[in-house]
Amino acid sequence: MASKAKTKNVISDEVMISMENVNKWYGTFHVLRDINLTVHKGERIVICGPSGSGKSTLIRCLNRLEEHQDGTINVQGIEINNDLKNIDEIRRDVGMVFQHFNLFPHLTILENCTLAPIWVRKLPKAQAEEIAMEYLTRVKIPEQALKYPGQLSGGQQQRVAIARSLCMEPKLMLFDEPTSALDPEMIKEVLDTMVELAEDGMSMICVTHEMGFARKVANRVIFMDEGQIVEQNEPEAFFNNPQSDRTKLFLSQILDH
Amino acid sequence: MANARDKKYEFVRREDAPILPPPATEAGITGWLWHNIFESMADYSSIGAGIRSLSMAILSVLILYFGGAQIYALIDFTIFSAVFSDPEGIKREACWTVDQGGALPSGWHGACWPFVVAKQKFLLYGAYPAEELWRVNLTGLVGLVGLVWVLIEKLPYRREVGAAMLTLYPLMAFILLTGGNTDTEFFNIGIWLVIGLAIISAGRLGKRGFLGSTFSEFGTLIGFTGWVFLIFNAVRGVAAVDFGLEPIDTRDWGGLLITLVVAITGIVASLPLGIILALGRRSEMPVARLLSTIFIEFWRGIPLITVLFMASVMLPLFMPEGVNFDNLLRALIGVMLFSAAYMAEVIRGGLQAIDKGQYEGAQAMGLSYWQTMRLVILPQALTHVIPGIVNTFIGLFKDTTLVSIVGIFDLLGAAQSTIADPSWSSHVQALSVYVYVALLFFVFCFAMSRYSIYMENKLSKSRSH
Amino acid sequence: MSRPSSLIYDRQVRSLVFQVLLILALVFGAWWLGSNTLVNLAAQGKTLGFGFLTQTSGFQINATLGTWLMEYNVGSSTYLDVYVIGIINTFLVASLGIIGATILGFTMGIMRLSKNFVIRGFATIYVEVLRNIPLLLQLFFWYFAVLRSLPNRRGQIEIFEGAAGINITGLYLPAPLPQDGAGIVGIAFILFIIIAFWIGNWAKKRQSETGQRFPAFWAGAGIIFIGTALVYFVMGQPIDWSFPVFKDAGPLLRRGFQIGNGMAVIPEFIAVWLALTLYTAAFIAEIVRAGILAIAKGQTEASYSLGIRPGTTLRLVIIPQALRVIIPPLTSQYLNLTKNSSLAVAIAYPELVSIFAGTALNQVGKEIEMIGMMMIVYLTFSLLTAAFMNWFNARVKLVER
Repeated sequence: MASKAKTKNVISDEVMISMENVNKWYGTFHVLRDINLTVHKGERIVICGPSGSGKSTLIRCLNRLEEHQDGTINVQGIEINNDLKNIDEIRRDVGMVFQHFNLFPHLTILENCTLAPIWVRKLPKAQAEEIAMEYLTRVKIPEQALKYPGQLSGGQQQRVAIARSLCMEPKLMLFDEPTSALDPEMIKEVLDTMVELAEDGMSMICVTHEMGFARKVANRVIFMDEGQIVEQNEPEAFFNNPQSDRTKLFLSQILDH
Repeated sequence: MANARDKKYEFVRREDAPILPPPATEAGITGWLWHNIFESMADYSSIGAGIRSLSMAILSVLILYFGGAQIYALIDFTIFSAVFSDPEGIKREACWTVDQGGALPSGWHGACWPFVVAKQKFLLYGAYPAEELWRVNLTGLVGLVGLVWVLIEKLPYRREVGAAMLTLYPLMAFILLTGGNTDTEFFNIGIWLVIGLAIISAGRLGKRGFLGSTFSEFGTLIGFTGWVFLIFNAVRGVAAVDFGLEPIDTRDWGGLLITLVVAITGIVASLPLGIILALGRRSEMPVARLLSTIFIEFWRGIPLITVLFMASVMLPLFMPEGVNFDNLLRALIGVMLFSAAYMAEVIRGGLQAIDKGQYEGAQAMGLSYWQTMRLVILPQALTHVIPGIVNTFIGLFKDTTLVSIVGIFDLLGAAQSTIADPSWSSHVQALSVYVYVALLFFVFCFAMSRYSIYMENKLSKSRSH
Repeated sequence: MSRPSSLIYDRQVRSLVFQVLLILALVFGAWWLGSNTLVNLAAQGKTLGFGFLTQTSGFQINATLGTWLMEYNVGSSTYLDVYVIGIINTFLVASLGIIGATILGFTMGIMRLSKNFVIRGFATIYVEVLRNIPLLLQLFFWYFAVLRSLPNRRGQIEIFEGAAGINITGLYLPAPLPQDGAGIVGIAFILFIIIAFWIGNWAKKRQSETGQRFPAFWAGAGIIFIGTALVYFVMGQPIDWSFPVFKDAGPLLRRGFQIGNGMAVIPEFIAVWLALTLYTAAFIAEIVRAGILAIAKGQTEASYSLGIRPGTTLRLVIIPQALRVIIPPLTSQYLNLTKNSSLAVAIAYPELVSIFAGTALNQVGKEIEMIGMMMIVYLTFSLLTAAFMNWFNARVKLVER
């Protein structure tokens, strides 16, 4: 069994995210059903579940890439609604890494990373570049700074995507299946980066199928099915002693192969 | 770690949350109305957003008013206010207002459909003799049946029908429409047929090695040339047979008949030339590549009107004395060369889209260049380029209107000349026939573009297995 | 029997022989066509030569920019002048058409992407209707159905009281008559533009150093317009305007727009410009729509999730990528528009085909030379466009491994 990561931080009492009775529909399809979730600062949460269960939709509601129609979502005390000022504030403090990287192909790696600090935090270019190089070093690809995304491998691109989000120095990172689009030999490098991030104390919510990562880093695993949270628990209890039948079925499907 | 363990996250859902119906903004008609109309006008959270919402609202109202007025005007013109019949045969006076001497109320503005109906034959067939119209209708019917047969997937023998449509149908159409019985002497044709046969045999013998090593290399090419001679003269022969049909000069053709003849002949005839040019442009032989590129870029760089001028004015100069060129034929040649250049680019796109592995696989099997092209590459490429070909055809179909400028009566030219008829002159004469012709073109072109989109979607779905 | 070496030898020989045959066929074909042509020309009593270009032309041309620039005069201007006038008029209607079609096309393309059904539907109907009706028919519609129904030469529709009006003989606008000092206003205008660019550069540097943004665009625009206006008034308003004069009283034959006042735009030009603009805009709208749709949704989402606002996202992330996809087919459409301007021959707008390959050819009869000269103009346009496209594609190519 993978050894538990040495987490630097302590999970504080401060509430980062609170979702109460959240419901969302796509047309007539009820995609999120009665979601209730509280996330404290310092937590590392892994959300898993079959495809179509609403996991991605849930985290995308947290930075308003998707809109919820019922219930309340508060991020760092700010309510998510149609007020653009609120949305701007939230997005500045919440970073997101996508399945398909979504790097800007017409900009260099460095420019990808400095775009938001310059235009959102209004930093001078030199300072933004300094910060960018620092994070690029942290994800271990500083030498690629002047290349273009098309010249990098998938794993390298995803690490750049992580660095890009980190340059805004967010308080919370959202990961939407970050390794699902990668060739197998590149998954490890990205997961290692994420583990290091967790060890340094970053709060994160991760939608992923990588259960080894969950065991190593997560303090809580959530299982979703058909739009609702079915079961959640600490990783060891979750994997060794799943309570619900649906959880058991899902685990048997993904852990056996 | 101790802290983490103390927190009890354990949670198991005992009861499923109910699946609720969506709020009004998400589903059904209210949902559609919200997302498609009102949502963009509802955001007033800041000044900028408020201004945006208001302008959307104002713009929508303006467009509804303006657009609605135009659409209503069109429907009113073509249906509500239109005159539909002329029972007393008074012709133009049926479409006059009281101020002009007719019976319609002052300020009336509507289509004069009796005029269009009276000109129907002229618009569709031109000056083609009325007793012989059955020939045009037969040609059109066979063409339509053939086309539909090839397009509908469930029918058998689609490929054979398609091949027949591309080869036998043009000959049949030519004979039916012009009357066949061309002035070629059968003796002349006979000689060429024999020559063709001889060349084919030489090619065959050459391939088997009976005529020396140089001949064996070029056996295929020689055989191909022989077949060309043979087929060409067989066609000439059939065209020369007297089937008892009355000959009809192409000057008497007009209207939709000409439009379809020019467009369809243009596309069908330009396909083989386009394929050759596309292959030439991609060839490794520098001469072939250069010549193809020059040809393609030349014809794509000049407007069709100059091509038609060139064809009608310069073509007689290029031919030896005594060779007389039918006016329609000149335009057809111009259109064919012009369309071949565009066709070549479309086909080249299709060839480029084919995976290199196909070429390599064929080479590994030992197929020659022409065999590879014929059996492996071109069938795949042609399927991929069907949307492109249909789009080129739509463009060509619209471009046929230009032949009216060089004196060939296509649909638009026929419409123009009906406007000059004084027995129907009224203030809605021009507008009525323009609306009619515009509707015809629109229906044709829109249907074809829908088909092209349908094919594109189908092909992209099948490609991504 | 072998032998890779003989196979390669065969292929090379074959390819070489094939190319030689091709060249021979080409040479033979050219010789055959050429000799036929000479024989036919001789039979008609014609010779080849460009001497006709110095002959004086024998026909009147409608008043257009070309005739005004070249000071065309029947009896003193040559066929070479006619050629140049044709090129100028083609260039005029093509460039104004390109400007109009681009503005309208981009607007319609963006409207087609709107969430609002009314706006989207309107743009869709516009695009589908105008794309599927032949350009020539649209031209006839504007010229014969719309412009012909304007008041005749003795009446007018006023657009601005006393300043502009339109009737069947054309659109009459005020004509600017530069006086002394107008040149200084012009120089000032150019100077202000340079200053605006300089401000833009300064603002960019400032942002990169301190992170603060300066509204360079508005500042620059303000300086250009307000500054030029100031200089204009300071110089004593050195542009006189000649307004069109319309007489609607007095002897019948003297009524109407008086010649010599104001600027007249002939209805043929209006019809050609309208048809070209509206038709090409429909195609440009589709190109713009496809270009914007081609940019994956993920790009917008990634940018938003970094906190970048929609306006800035559009400017820095979407539009640069969309332009790469849009510009090649866009330049194709520009070329099509230029070629389509030749349709003006159908309504006798005096562009190149109409006066050179039409009227002048009828008078002179030197088909090969004249049609050749005409084709050179269009081929030059095409080659320039193709060269530009190649340069553009090479320059903005996304760097990949």
